[in-house]
Amino acid sequence: MQARFSVDSGDFTKAGSASSAIKRMLKQLGVKPAVVKRVVVALFEAEVNVIAHSYGGFIQCDISPEKVNLLVQDTGPGIPDLDLAMTEGWSTATDAVREMGYGAGMGLPNMKKNADSLQISTAAGKHTEIRMSFSLKEGEDGVS
Amino acid sequence: MAFHRTLKVRENLCKSCTHCMKRCPTGAIRIDRGHAQVEEAKCIDCGQCMQACPHHAIAVEQNLFEELFYFEKRVAIIPAVFFAQFDDQYSESQICQALYDIGFTHVYPAELGIDITRLYCVKGADCKPIISNFCPSVVRLIQTRYPSLVPHIGLKTTPSHVTALFARLELEDKGVGIFYVTPCPGKIAEFHRLAEAGSAFNGVLNMDTVYNQVSTSLAKNKRKFAKEDGAMSFPVMTGSAATWALSNGELAGRKGRSLAIDEIHHVMEFLEFLEENEDESNIDFLELKACAEGCVGGILTARNRFLASERLRYWATSLPSELPEPLVQRIMKQKDAMMDKMTTPIHEVSAIALDDDIGVALYKMEKVRKITDALPGIDCGLCGSPTCSALAEDIAQGQASIRQCTVLRLKDPKEVNTLARIWGEKVTGEKGEGK
Repeated sequence: MQARFSVDSGDFTKAGSASSAIKRMLKQLGVKPAVVKRVVVALFEAEVNVIAHSYGGFIQCDISPEKVNLLVQDTGPGIPDLDLAMTEGWSTATDAVREMGYGAGMGLPNMKKNADSLQISTAAGKHTEIRMSFSLKEGEDGVS
Repeated sequence: MAFHRTLKVRENLCKSCTHCMKRCPTGAIRIDRGHAQVEEAKCIDCGQCMQACPHHAIAVEQNLFEELFYFEKRVAIIPAVFFAQFDDQYSESQICQALYDIGFTHVYPAELGIDITRLYCVKGADCKPIISNFCPSVVRLIQTRYPSLVPHIGLKTTPSHVTALFARLELEDKGVGIFYVTPCPGKIAEFHRLAEAGSAFNGVLNMDTVYNQVSTSLAKNKRKFAKEDGAMSFPVMTGSAATWALSNGELAGRKGRSLAIDEIHHVMEFLEFLEENEDESNIDFLELKACAEGCVGGILTARNRFLASERLRYWATSLPSELPEPLVQRIMKQKDAMMDKMTTPIHEVSAIALDDDIGVALYKMEKVRKITDALPGIDCGLCGSPTCSALAEDIAQGQASIRQCTVLRLKDPKEVNTLARIWGEKVTGEKGEGK
């Protein structure tokens, strides 16, 4: 099962619409509330990142009985220093973005905290690609 | 835990007009075999369907009024909203006398339970924001559609039930029949669920029925019933308890940040948001009520809800801010017997998954998506499902046929058969065909 959502740069009014849609899908599939919550929190952060920092991009969601895979890809400008970006509280957000209540520097750390696995490939001047996965199997981390 | 559904469709009156189906907030209604059908697992007993029905085809079950007389002590647990059903020509005291006249021997205001809970200092949930459990339809909505929010639901036993427990103890249980006069079907369902764990109630009477009886008595005895007989002839409640059932009523005097939302669609809009932003919300307490303006908007009430709300607020200004000492003593006397019943646990009951098996659910979801693409997307409701996507879901669940789509049939009858075949349905004329 695959679903794809485009995310426009700078449109904060739509922030969370992709994560909401994916939330509704997971609930319909009977995924445990605790897992749904982790997916929504991590994805929301990624979605806001695309809106706030990139030239726009898309979110692709693949669901199998075993796991939820999320691919978030933007069209640039890339993250120059990924280690720094993974630090809690570190942010390049502009004042305008911070005034809207975003840009606290918790985006990437929150993704890492909530996803069972997180892969980021990026470089200055390139696009950023984030892959997150969440296990749906009983007994593994995915159980509430 | 099985849900008890209280709303019944009167099949002989139902014209299959789709009003109720379109209004239902949880998509629990389908029109099938000539009348509306309510899906039990999805229904939250909010009563929107009854309000929307132009043919009075939806009714609320209740106990027969005559059942009252099986009992020697006939106790009415009356929500303050009941007194607000009458205009100013009748005083609260006269209304109370009429309640005795129609057969009750004891009257307790339901909201006394709020004062009792306060006096006992009952501890509830501490998972912020705490969502009030006062409105049973909201509780059921969260249980079935927002299971992740269940830990936020308050655990204090609801006021009317506390009052009933108190009355039963005070009257020593012998020959006691306790009846709640309900403004909504949600409360009836709540008491049926309580019954499994031991309810303090013997029955529920609909507010409109009791309103009619009391109105008749008042009309006959207007002169006989004294406008003011000095004191109310039942235990009084505090002013802040009296307005509890109104929108914003639970917020009065509450510390911290709180928010009140009324009307079921508004409540759902907010719960949808809260589900995604649980941790970020700065709210300590949430009052959510399914009916507009609170319980004065209940479907079993008789009077304009705004006027009723005004009368209740006005009455509350004349009620004390603290209970009189003799009543406090009566309440404290029962504390030991009451304490272990002052909280009621609430469980998750999910009703929205397409299937228990996620593999099957994924297959069905894919199917729903493809079928939705083939449907016209105008949500006309002629097929008997509230929206095109609901029909797609019904087809994927094997409960409906794409041939029910009137628009597709008018456009190209042959194409519909082709589509039906693609979705694995039998072709027209074959045995076991859908509709």
